[in-house]
Amino acid sequence: MSALQPKHQRLVLIGIAMMALIGAGLLAAYALRSEASYFYVPSQMAEDPPEVGQPVRLGGMVREGSLATLDDGVTIAFVVGDGEAQVPVRFAGIVPSLFVEGSGVVAEGRLAGDGTFVADNLLAKHDENYVPRELQEMSEHQARDIVAGTEQLGANRVMNNQNAPR
Amino acid sequence: MIAELGLAALWLAAALSVLQLVAGALGQRENSGELATLVRPAAVIQGVLAGISFVMLLCLFARTDLSVKLVAMNSHSDKPLVFKLAGAWGNHEGSMLLWVTVMALAGALIAAAEKRLPEKTMRATLAAQAFVGIGFYAFLLFASNPFERLPQPALEGLGLNPLLQDIGLAFHPPTLYFGYVGLSIAFSFAVGALLTRQVTPDFARAMRPWVLGAWIFLTLGITAGSYWAYYELGWGGWWFWDPVENASLMPWLAATALLHSASVLASRDALRAWTIMLGVVAFSMSMVGTFLVRSGILTSVHAFAVDPERGTFILALLVLYIGGALAVFGLRAGTVSEGQRFSLISREGALVFNNVMLSAILGVVLIGTLYPLLTEAFDVRVSVGPPYFNPVGAIFTLPMLAIMAVGPLLRWRQDRLERISKPAIAAAVAALAALVIVLLIGGVSVLPLLGLALAAGLAVASFMPLRGRKLTRVPTATWGMVIAHFGIAVALFGMASESAFSEERLAAVEIGGSAQVGKWNVALDAVDPVAGPNWTALQGRLFATYGDGSPIELGPQSRDFWSPVQQTTESALVTRWNGQLYAVLGNQNADGRWQLRLWWKPFVTFIWYGGMLIALGGLLALIGRLVGDIKRRRIRARGDVRRADEAELAAARPAAAS
Repeated sequence: MSALQPKHQRLVLIGIAMMALIGAGLLAAYALRSEASYFYVPSQMAEDPPEVGQPVRLGGMVREGSLATLDDGVTIAFVVGDGEAQVPVRFAGIVPSLFVEGSGVVAEGRLAGDGTFVADNLLAKHDENYVPRELQEMSEHQARDIVAGTEQLGANRVMNNQNAPR
Repeated sequence: MIAELGLAALWLAAALSVLQLVAGALGQRENSGELATLVRPAAVIQGVLAGISFVMLLCLFARTDLSVKLVAMNSHSDKPLVFKLAGAWGNHEGSMLLWVTVMALAGALIAAAEKRLPEKTMRATLAAQAFVGIGFYAFLLFASNPFERLPQPALEGLGLNPLLQDIGLAFHPPTLYFGYVGLSIAFSFAVGALLTRQVTPDFARAMRPWVLGAWIFLTLGITAGSYWAYYELGWGGWWFWDPVENASLMPWLAATALLHSASVLASRDALRAWTIMLGVVAFSMSMVGTFLVRSGILTSVHAFAVDPERGTFILALLVLYIGGALAVFGLRAGTVSEGQRFSLISREGALVFNNVMLSAILGVVLIGTLYPLLTEAFDVRVSVGPPYFNPVGAIFTLPMLAIMAVGPLLRWRQDRLERISKPAIAAAVAALAALVIVLLIGGVSVLPLLGLALAAGLAVASFMPLRGRKLTRVPTATWGMVIAHFGIAVALFGMASESAFSEERLAAVEIGGSAQVGKWNVALDAVDPVAGPNWTALQGRLFATYGDGSPIELGPQSRDFWSPVQQTTESALVTRWNGQLYAVLGNQNADGRWQLRLWWKPFVTFIWYGGMLIALGGLLALIGRLVGDIKRRRIRARGDVRRADEAELAAARPAAAS
């Protein structure tokens, strides 16, 4: 193939690049419609539940006193709530270090036919209770945000521990 | 006193960056006189002052000076010294100061050492760099002063997040920062060259070491970050498509593209406007990454300090720099003259293809990362994860890797496909053989299958440029390319193998009992309390036996830190040549059994070996280029321009001697 004329070469290159990038954009947009998993808080899940088996995320607070280990010794059951609704969750695996009753959690998984949420993964932010200095701002900024609202509780807990005699 | 000294140095450095900008900008006029000669000294002194400021912060952390707010918030007198020092950058203010310091030191280095560019372009570059720097100085001095004192000294510090108290992570952020900042230098070069319309091979050669250096650090940072997440978080995964991970991947993708297009510009004087564009995009991605991580706009598992006000500040900087650079680009790109032409089938053609694919992958990752933010504006919360990133990314990654295998065999400017048919067939045969073997093993899904086949083909192809050459006479930079490309094959093999063949076992085991995973038998011997400098832990004593081999002891821990109060999971690993056994100790059940999570991950370590090979390849290329530059400069100093050009062409000669 002979070298193209400069003007044409530039146009061809720009054309190919634009096509590839627009293609990537369209493909991404299409894939996002079908593959992005939705984030639910318990009250949303109670009101308008996702289809059984569809991958979604559930975020909320682990209800005090709800955590139990099943007989196989590796599956745990607990209840995630947001003050209005409760969703029972099952998870087989070792729980993240920050996962305790009363803390915030994001569970990745899907709703089973019996209304239980089966989690493949539990996410707890690894620096969750960490930055207590933003406490003031946090309470204003995140009061409307249920998951972040749980962080504030966590931060309080750290503050209390800080003040306790060592 | 130390804190005040640090703050004073920071103010002075900020003032000098203003001088640098003004002198550099006015120095663009013809009769600027002595003002223009101030640019280089200003840059050097600014670098020294910023360095002093950062050293002062290190001193404060080393001494645990609790009258300083940042130290009280992020350190504790009980901590080991290395983590006290790491505390200096393991937080928002300190890491921003580190950013500014590295950037100022890099500016000082350019001002002192870079002699290749026309003086006017150099001044424009340093002015652009000062312009970027001023924003960050303002950010530090007005929004996040690291030297702020407390009204009265704290009794004890709050400590450093235990998850960050890990030697791998302590040095991970600075590594990434060197990468980000290196890209800011590339950005300044691009803007400087645009302003003076001097987009020449010399410009590309001056910029290239910075891009290469940034790229090496980004590669190392991403590799280390991935390994850290793998062993520290206890999930056994090495990549989560977390926004914070994407924040470091996106500049890497842009830098990879920039690296290759800068090479085309340096040796063949083509792709002028495209290289400038990538210089702007690469730094934009660093800024976008900083914005995502620092603003708290994303709820990420890795999220750092959450602060909307600072997020707004960074967003403003982002809009200013990127918008400004794009505006200059829009106004000037048309005046960047045409480079050398080339045929579509040529080394340049292959590199353009890879550049476009890398840009497409970058677009896919960027869209996936920002999409949740977009929908949240409409009150819909979504999360985007592997089901999106893996297949959509693969659509562009797989063809890119295929072209990457043959690209280095092509000649510059114009070539015929028939000439490279033999090596191409050899690579294809290797890929097909791997495909057949994996199909015979069975039970492997499409993406890992293609990954394994491509890895085999690419591994063979990556050494083809050495074919028929005398190995001792292969230029260092070519060795760098060969090793980096081979590293991609190694990493790809590790990723595909891990996702294709991993086995997992979750069990509740009593003391004296055991569990199986793959060919491993893991026996739980005891669980004992142990203590460290600032933590206590429960440590399992496990004996792992591979087939008929002898037992290996390993001790996964569940650690409790007391300041701040937090638990971490310390996984235990057994590394064999063919993979890794990964063990996590969970909680004790009411019936006395302990939860154990075990994985057998065949060849998982190849992911990080590959990453290190890629970085090593970059390092060799950097050394080769720098040595070559010095040689050329010597020849040029003797006034022999023709021989200098020949030396450059010899360095750029197609690798495959046919």
